[in-house]
Amino acid sequence: MSESNETSGRHADVDIAGVDTVVAEAAAPERDIAVKVGDDLVEVKNLTMRFGGLLALDDISFTIKRGEILGLIGPNGAGKTTCFNAMTGVYKPTSGQVLLEGRVLNGVKQHKITRAGLARTFQNIRLFGEMTALENVVVGLDARHKTSVIGALLRLPRHTREEKSAIERGMALLEFVGIADQAATLSRHLPYGSQRRLEIARALATDPKVLCLDEPAAGFNPAEKEELMQLIRTIRDDGYTVLLIEHDMKLVMGVTDRIVVLEFGKKIADNVPSVIREDPKVISAYLGEPEDDFA
Amino acid sequence: MSMVDGPTPLHTAKADQAAEDREAVGTPPGSSAAVRRKGWFGGLGEKWQELPRQKQWAVLIIVVVLAYLLPVINPPLISTEPGNDFPLACQTMAVWALVAVGLNVVIGYAGLLDLGYIAFFAVGSYVAAMLTSPDSTFLKIPYLWTIPVAMAVTMFFGVLLGVPTLRLRGDYLAIVTLGFGEIVRILATIIPAMKGQVGFQNLGHPPGLDAHGVPIFANSNGTPWYWLTLTILIIVLLLAGNLERSRVGRNWIAIREDEDAAETMGVPTFKYKVWAFAIGAGIGGMSGALMSGQVGFVNNQKFDVVTSVLFVAAVVLGGAGNKVGAILGGALVAYIPLRFTAIADYKYLIFGLALCLIMIFRSHGLLAARQQLLAYGRHAYNEVKARTDAKSAKAKAAPGKEASL
Ligand SMILES: Nc1ncnc2c1ncn2[C@@H]1O[C@H](COP(=O)(O)OP(=O)(O)OP(=O)(O)O)[C@@H](O)[C@H]1O
Ligand SMILES: [Mg+2]
Repeated sequence: MSESNETSGRHADVDIAGVDTVVAEAAAPERDIAVKVGDDLVEVKNLTMRFGGLLALDDISFTIKRGEILGLIGPNGAGKTTCFNAMTGVYKPTSGQVLLEGRVLNGVKQHKITRAGLARTFQNIRLFGEMTALENVVVGLDARHKTSVIGALLRLPRHTREEKSAIERGMALLEFVGIADQAATLSRHLPYGSQRRLEIARALATDPKVLCLDEPAAGFNPAEKEELMQLIRTIRDDGYTVLLIEHDMKLVMGVTDRIVVLEFGKKIADNVPSVIREDPKVISAYLGEPEDDFA
Repeated sequence: MSMVDGPTPLHTAKADQAAEDREAVGTPPGSSAAVRRKGWFGGLGEKWQELPRQKQWAVLIIVVVLAYLLPVINPPLISTEPGNDFPLACQTMAVWALVAVGLNVVIGYAGLLDLGYIAFFAVGSYVAAMLTSPDSTFLKIPYLWTIPVAMAVTMFFGVLLGVPTLRLRGDYLAIVTLGFGEIVRILATIIPAMKGQVGFQNLGHPPGLDAHGVPIFANSNGTPWYWLTLTILIIVLLLAGNLERSRVGRNWIAIREDEDAAETMGVPTFKYKVWAFAIGAGIGGMSGALMSGQVGFVNNQKFDVVTSVLFVAAVVLGGAGNKVGAILGGALVAYIPLRFTAIADYKYLIFGLALCLIMIFRSHGLLAARQQLLAYGRHAYNEVKARTDAKSAKAKAAPGKEASL
């Protein structure tokens, strides 16, 4: 067991250190972001989400600054995933606003929100099972493609061009997350860890301005978690902004620049990790929480 | 329990096949049931994918030539004679195959259960009838023109039905389409211009007379009709293949696999569902026009829901999502009652049983080959395969080294 961990650890070092330049060139060549590094890229304003009698999000406000890794943490059922869903258009917020680069996202269709630059992964993996890993990523790339049905039907030049570049960029992304070897495998046959990584690659493929990761390391053992955090750092270094939901406090402290803490749908803290660590409210929220040790 | 990157040998074709087997029968590896899938056509699709392009073309050309020659050869055991004229049976099979290919776009690709596909077939038939039969008061156009016109009109109906209904999911969509299937039949009964049971006779046909001055495309002359339908079928197949290996096909399959995730990945799901509906409808309309042209008569009696369900059965039987499977399914469903006339009355019983068996033993249909979704995926996959092969060869050459590295 420890041996295989070592093996994968070695893998990650090689892959991550060796490949980020490839991704910088091939995976995200034409990002065009209006906001300067360090300015507010996403603003969540007084977001409230009510399910019947349950107040899942209660007047949440926070911002995501361009270029940072923002952690969103909280105990089970705190409303983290709900917050993602309200931001990415899966749920219609009861009230409040979400702005991306100053543009209000309320009421915008989900696929348009993705194209506007907000991509996400799912807590419970939701890949396209009957597609290969590469095809899954290319679906993400298609978000930026312009081929029409007629263009595909008649194989017009744009289609050819996009298909060719999709293969290249898709493979580069798989390489980046470390699963290029499994490009031809149906995603439902991939090992669990590769599926999680594929989710990230697919979300990156949409060329997002903000990448929202919902517990990407759930079910991982500590070594694998550390590896994944390394990957997330690399993603940030490539110029992406990351919103990271993570259950494991210790882990999130190490990787994030800033942390927003939710409890019972309320924001109880919003600060840099070193302050969050000492915050009595946060500590009591996490007291009595079982250690996240099922991995 | 490292879950990241897994042990590399997993990527060999054999391991993949093994994994697939496990998945297919839901049993752990090593159990005897895991080998079950190997029989029948198992692995045929994979073998096909591994053939070089030239060989694929060679095989395809032979198959196509044989397909064109089928009614001429009239092979003894396969022939439906003396019970049914074989060239006419071929035409029926080709029409059903075309129907199945069209419905496969809707069910197999986009995953939309359409139980009222007969409606589009009916619309296509009526377009051909009303624009060519002397019984109709509409303007008349040459028969061949009715094929694209039927396609355009049914596509329009597809959009008309799709826009309000495709916001529904699963069961609801199935019920609404079922209703639509009935509506068209009922409209044909109550709208005077559609002439109910009296119907339209002497539909047009493509031009041309033979040496005796008899029209080449006579109602009883199956071969030319079959050739016409087969040609259209081949064109449709090529175009469907283009769609499959493109953004469009990927978006459809993504919708089928997980509609919410697809939307989140930037797929305009509603738009692509409407496209699937419209394209499926268009092909259904063409099939209707071809069928009614050969029969030469259209009334409201043939477009019942049961036939619609048989269309679905054809797609599922062949292997939903696989266009070659759809052809096989469509042709078989048409062929069996024609060939075995003694049991034709029991065809619903037989297809029902066959479907049950298929679902139990081969839930992906007769031909479970997966669709290819990348126009240039072959090269990339080969490269990956070469790489992993080289890796595992290296591991074999120096055993133990892998672990210590
Ligand atoms: N669609 C829904 N309908 C009703 N209630 C919901 C819905 N989605 C979430 N909830 C409720 O909202 C609350 C917050 O759930 P959410 O999934 O956002 O928690 P979370 O912080 O992501 O927790 P976890 O760490 O377990 O993933 C929970 O009480 C949950 O039951
Ligand atoms: Mg959650």
